[in-house]
Formats: sequence, C-alpha cells, structure tokens
Amino acid sequence: MSAAIRFSNLTLGYDRHPAVHHLDGDVETGALLAICGPNGAGKSTLLKGIVGALSPLSGTVSLPRVKTREIAYLPQAADIDKSFPINVFDVVAMGLWKRRGLFGGISSSDEDKIHRAIATVGLEGFERRAIATLSGGQLQRMLFARLLIQDAAIILLDEPFTAIDSKTTEDLLDLVARWRDEKRTVLAVLHDLDLVRQHFPQTLLLARETIARGRTEDVLTPENLLKARYMIEAFDRQAHTCARAA
Amino acid sequence: MLHEALISPFVEFEFMRRALVGSIALALAGSPLGVFLILRRMSLTGDAMAHAILPGAAIGYLFAGLSLGPMTIGGLIAGLIVAVGSGVVARATILREDASLAAFYLISLALGVTVVSLRGSNIDLLHVLFGSVLALDDATLILLASIASVTLAGVALLYRPLVMETVDPGFLASVSRAGGPTQIIFLALVVLNLVGGFQALGTLLAVGIMMLPAASARLISQDITAMIAISAAQGMLAGYAGLIISFHASLPSGPLIILVAGLFYLLALVFGPAGGLMRRLKPRPHLEA
Repeated sequence: MSAAIRFSNLTLGYDRHPAVHHLDGDVETGALLAICGPNGAGKSTLLKGIVGALSPLSGTVSLPRVKTREIAYLPQAADIDKSFPINVFDVVAMGLWKRRGLFGGISSSDEDKIHRAIATVGLEGFERRAIATLSGGQLQRMLFARLLIQDAAIILLDEPFTAIDSKTTEDLLDLVARWRDEKRTVLAVLHDLDLVRQHFPQTLLLARETIARGRTEDVLTPENLLKARYMIEAFDRQAHTCARAA
Repeated sequence: MLHEALISPFVEFEFMRRALVGSIALALAGSPLGVFLILRRMSLTGDAMAHAILPGAAIGYLFAGLSLGPMTIGGLIAGLIVAVGSGVVARATILREDASLAAFYLISLALGVTVVSLRGSNIDLLHVLFGSVLALDDATLILLASIASVTLAGVALLYRPLVMETVDPGFLASVSRAGGPTQIIFLALVVLNLVGGFQALGTLLAVGIMMLPAASARLISQDITAMIAISAAQGMLAGYAGLIISFHASLPSGPLIILVAGLFYLLALVFGPAGGLMRRLKPRPHLEA
C-alpha cells in the first residue's frame, strides 16, 4: 500500500509552543484511522497541519497522491454563518467547487447527485430549508452530504460526533464505512473510545508526541491512555528551545 | 395634473433627467454591494470607507479645483489605500479589521477636512460632503454608468466565492485560494461606488443609497437574489421620489433621496415579512410539523 499522507519530523504549534511534536510516519491509502488523545494533545492541530491551515514550525507533511486543496476537511466547529439566507441544497452544492469553480453550471446530473447525497444523510425534504432552521444534528448531516459531494480521496473529520445523538452518529458512521469500502483515506479525531474500538481498525494515540500507533486494540490499552494523560500535564511556561529542533 | 407633478419636471429640465439617470446607476450598482456588506456584518465599513475617500478627493480638489478627474482618481487612491491597508494590518498584526479600519479612516477624514480647508470656502466643502446631484455633467454621468457596469459585472463574476466566503469562509479556504482576492476585489468595488456616489450625493450620503435599501431588503426577503432585486428597486424608486419631492418643495435633492430610502427602511422595519416588528408582535399560527 502506498502512503496517502507522510509526516516527517513534523512539529506544529502556536506561538513557538509545540502542539504536535516531532511526528513521523505514513498514513496508508485507504486507511481508516482514529486520532485519540486528551484535550490539548494536538489532534485538531494535526488536521489543520494536513490541510495547510497551519504551517509547520519544523518538519513537513507531504501528500504523495493529491493536492492539499483536494482534501475534504470537516473542522470541529465549522465557522458557518447560520444566519446567512441560504438553503441546504445550496450549501451541499458548494462541495462541487473543485469541479465547477467560478462559472461552471450545475448540470442536472449534478443536481441528482446533490439530491442523492441529501437523501443519503437522511435530510430528504429539507432541500429548500434555510440553514438557520436546522438543529445541530441536521447541520452535521448536511455537512456530511457536502463531504459526499466533494468526492475526495482523503477525508479529515474533527470530532464529527460531538454533541450528536446516537441515531445520527450511527447513520454518519455508515457513511464512514462506505468511504472505507471505496478505498478513501479517512482520519477522524474522536473521544468516544468505545466507538473507536468498534468502527476504526487503526488508531493514532497522540499526546503532543506519538504515544502509540497501530491496530486499535493494541493502542488503546490502559497503560497507553495513562501515559497520554501524564504527557499532557507536563506543560512548562518557561520551556527552553527544543534540543531536537535542528 | 398627475403628469405635471410626477413626469413633467423630467421632461422640462435636463438637469432632472441627468440626476435621475445618475441615481438609477448608483442604486443598481450599490444594491448587491450593500446586501453583501450587511450579510457580512460590515454595514459600517461602507460608512468608514466613505470618510476615507475624502482626503484623496480633497487633494485632487486642491490641485485642480472642482473637477471630476482629479477628485475621482484621488478618492479612488485614498479609498484603496485604506481598504488594502486595513486588510494588511488585520492580517499582519493583532488588531482586528474593524479596529484598523477605524484608525485608518479617522486619520484619513481628519486629513481630508484639513486639506479642503487649505483652499476653498465653506460652500466648496458642502459640495464635497453633500454632492450635487442636480449638476451632473456628461463626464460624471459616463463615470457613474461605467462604475455601475463594472460593479455589476464584478459582482456576477465573484458571486459564488462571495457567497461561500460569507457563509463558510473556512470551507472556501480549504478548497480554494479565491477567498483573499474575492475580499479585496469586493472592497475595491465598494470604494469605486462610493467614489462615484460622492460626485452625485457627497461622501456622507453615498453610503446611504448603498446601505438603506439593502437593510430594508433584508427585512423583506429571506432569499439573497430577491434581496438584491428588492434593494435595487427601492434604491431607484428612492432616487426618483427624492428628486420629485425636492423639485416641488425646493429642498436639497441628495439628502431627500436618502430620506425617502430611510422612509422605505422604516416601513420595512414595521411591516417587513422577514423579521419586521409586525411579525414579532403578531406571529402567524405555527404549523403541524
């Protein structure tokens, strides 16, 4: 299997303080990888680094097979302006940007695709609803429909099921499974370890540095989880320049 | 009788016809910009930009007196400096865009008033601040028409990224680099329109014809295309009605155009079906599902 994402000595952070420290390794094409770790472990930061929203303090992220802007990325709190007068159909249609750009018309086959995506996430009949009227779960379903339309080889999800009820989570997990079957690479930041054990074959346990990585049952052991928690508590305001920074 | 009151002023007087054409051009181009400014929560940006244009226009005026070319070019340059400058400051420093814009336009305004006072009497200053829609010559009309054409073409070109940048800037940034340029071109179009508007209505009122119809359209419709259409219609109607009233009542026409637009806004505030006061006070019965 070839690598979809490659980290080499990657350090990401804010204000010189590393949030992800000296990360190495590949994410294989078609992997379904959960990223776990305590708050402040650098999980969201890692995703931001992959999509290029944050430039590395040192090291690199490389994408051997796709361009950065071909990644589909669902941030933790999408900074969507819910008061904007726009309906569900039009938001989902934004997923076509890569293929239609500034002027490209939306063909009737595109429209079918959008309708199907909306039906797939269980929002049939909501096409003309203003987004201001959606609930949290419905909004998340809509954003998943947009991910479907983006048709990307790499999909990054940042806490996609936080504050989402179990029925919606189940429906959306079905989509994630479908993406795996289609050999797409999916990385998801998750806190619900039971859910990870059930649905994600591979896990990266992060606490600024990699604690463990590999098959989920080998990674999510009590010892590793304890170690992850200790790592994070070691925050030093007077930290010196990192000796490993070349 | 009605014909005499409503139409004959335009048939009889060329300056009235010119004023009408000028206001229609301004209203058409200003409406989509105003609607987007409101949806982007930048309603006051137009106001700040209008003040920012003043020193450029004043410097043009200092060199060439009340003539179109130098004042337009000066205003354009000053407006773009402030727009781009505050954008750069917002990205490069800790200050947010609103704070840097406020700082830039205050400096700019003070500079402008100082420069105007270097030459000229108070009457000239009044012209700069309140314009003279009744004295539009050929060159100004052509300028207004060109600005309107460029603006409408520009908005059509930018429509998709502009909507995306407003609804979900994070998403646009993740799929495209269009966000930054879109923002800058949009602000440039706003400056262009304010420069055009201040020839006709003056710096203080140029913003009014852009923002008032847009704010009232927001209260009337939930649909962005409809909002732009309603806003344009109101702007043009306000131009016409303001001119007619000012003609019959011998009142200054620029402020009256804005007052009529303000009246439309107040009506929308009370009766607007998309969030006006009446909807609040007398809600319709709720549905079953």
